[in-house]
Amino acid sequence: MLYIFCPHCGSRSQNEFAYGGDATVKRPELNKEISDQDWDNFVYLRKSPRGKHLELWHHISGCRQWIKVERDTSTHEIFKTYKADELIE
Amino acid sequence: MQKYSVFSLIKNAFSDHQNWEVAWKDPTPKKEYDVIIIGGGGHGLATAYYLAKEHNITNVAIIEKGWIGGGNVGRNTTIIRSNYMHDDNALFSEFGMDLWRKMSQDLNYNVMFSPRGIINLAHSDAQMNAYSRRGNSMRLNGIDAVLLNREEVQKRIPMADFSDNVRFPIFGGLMQPSAGTARHDAVAWGYARQADSMGVDIIQNCEVTGFDVTNGKIIGVRTSRGDIKAKKVGLCVAGSTNILAEMLNMTLPIETHLLQACVSEPVKPLLDHVVTFGAGHFYCSQSDKGEMVMGGDLDGYNSYSQRGNLPTLQHVLTEGIAMFPFLSKLKMLRTWGGIMDMSMDGSPIIDKTHIDGLYLNCGWCYGGFKATPASGWTFAHTIAQDRVHELNAGYSLNRFNTGDLIDEKGLGTKTWIS
Repeated sequence: MLYIFCPHCGSRSQNEFAYGGDATVKRPELNKEISDQDWDNFVYLRKSPRGKHLELWHHISGCRQWIKVERDTSTHEIFKTYKADELIE
Repeated sequence: MQKYSVFSLIKNAFSDHQNWEVAWKDPTPKKEYDVIIIGGGGHGLATAYYLAKEHNITNVAIIEKGWIGGGNVGRNTTIIRSNYMHDDNALFSEFGMDLWRKMSQDLNYNVMFSPRGIINLAHSDAQMNAYSRRGNSMRLNGIDAVLLNREEVQKRIPMADFSDNVRFPIFGGLMQPSAGTARHDAVAWGYARQADSMGVDIIQNCEVTGFDVTNGKIIGVRTSRGDIKAKKVGLCVAGSTNILAEMLNMTLPIETHLLQACVSEPVKPLLDHVVTFGAGHFYCSQSDKGEMVMGGDLDGYNSYSQRGNLPTLQHVLTEGIAMFPFLSKLKMLRTWGGIMDMSMDGSPIIDKTHIDGLYLNCGWCYGGFKATPASGWTFAHTIAQDRVHELNAGYSLNRFNTGDLIDEKGLGTKTWIS
């Protein structure tokens, strides 16, 4: 069982959350010309690192907020969690 | 190479089975090979075997960071099927079915292929319609498919829950009678033994640490057992694909996720087929030893850990009990996990890359085992001829740019819910 610290609610079990995927994937800015290649890369390509991974989780059975979680993909250790709009250095 | 037969078995019984030849050698890596296959799983071993057998290329090394049979080829639930709707998947898998049927003879190794049939259960009229459509597509591609009604399913699997007040009543199912199972370890060992006998070096405990690429051409790999030169290199590493891709500065439409499987204690024979639950993700068959072999959902978040988490197992087995209530009475014997190369459309990639001499075989999601022979056969062709075969032409890397996705389930890019 993973325990995820929701920045809004505190530590909760993974059963309350839904996974939202890689949080470093950035949608190209609106109203800007981009190439088809850039769009395809945004939709399909993923780094999927072994080790530290910044990802989105949805506290769907709790406060229903999206949060960002920094987690190790091989040990499942969670280093830090952030609010969705929090700036990450 | 010593031929396995009932006579060699009797002969070796007299010497207390102490004089069997080793099935494959443990060579030290040479300085150079024509082809290096990275990954000694089922697909890598099959690739090396077909390179030697079909293309007469025997100066080949398989580099494996662990041991033969220790990865997904020894971690799957051994299901073999070709019940796909899309042409690319259907024709590829059905070609593989043919290789499965001949495999034990071909490899002189009993892979215990058991065409016991697979039944996908349907729990609504809409699902029956979808299965009828899929079954018709299969038949158009020459694959056997039978649509079963509720009574016909009940005759085949009376132990399923056919009571009145269930949340997901069984309306019927789609059956592929020629589908089945095989002993997964035997597949790995059989391919390894034959590849070795034709001159392929199987190098275990040898981890790739880097690649040598000059002027857009691959010239060798760096490993924990020294640098090895090669004219051609094939990547066949399933869940570790992204780790190697990063060394090559490539980003792929692949995410690595964890899938669990489990077996119960052995019981007397009661389930003749492979059966899948249609209202969730659960599948079940009975091994020759009597264990119920079960699996279902991915753990649901990127993972390289090769071991699972209990909430997912609980969820999967809840579905199992909804389908087969008797499962609740069984004790669990073992659970384990393997890491899956989940592609963004759910279909694999067997293709050349932008690097000359580097070939890619990945994206099998959790359907890699059944593809073992066809994947090896087509990947060997792609490497030997430096061009894709028509069977794997659809499994191109650039389909994610051209839009020619093979989205069998139409689930989109959220690989962890597929």
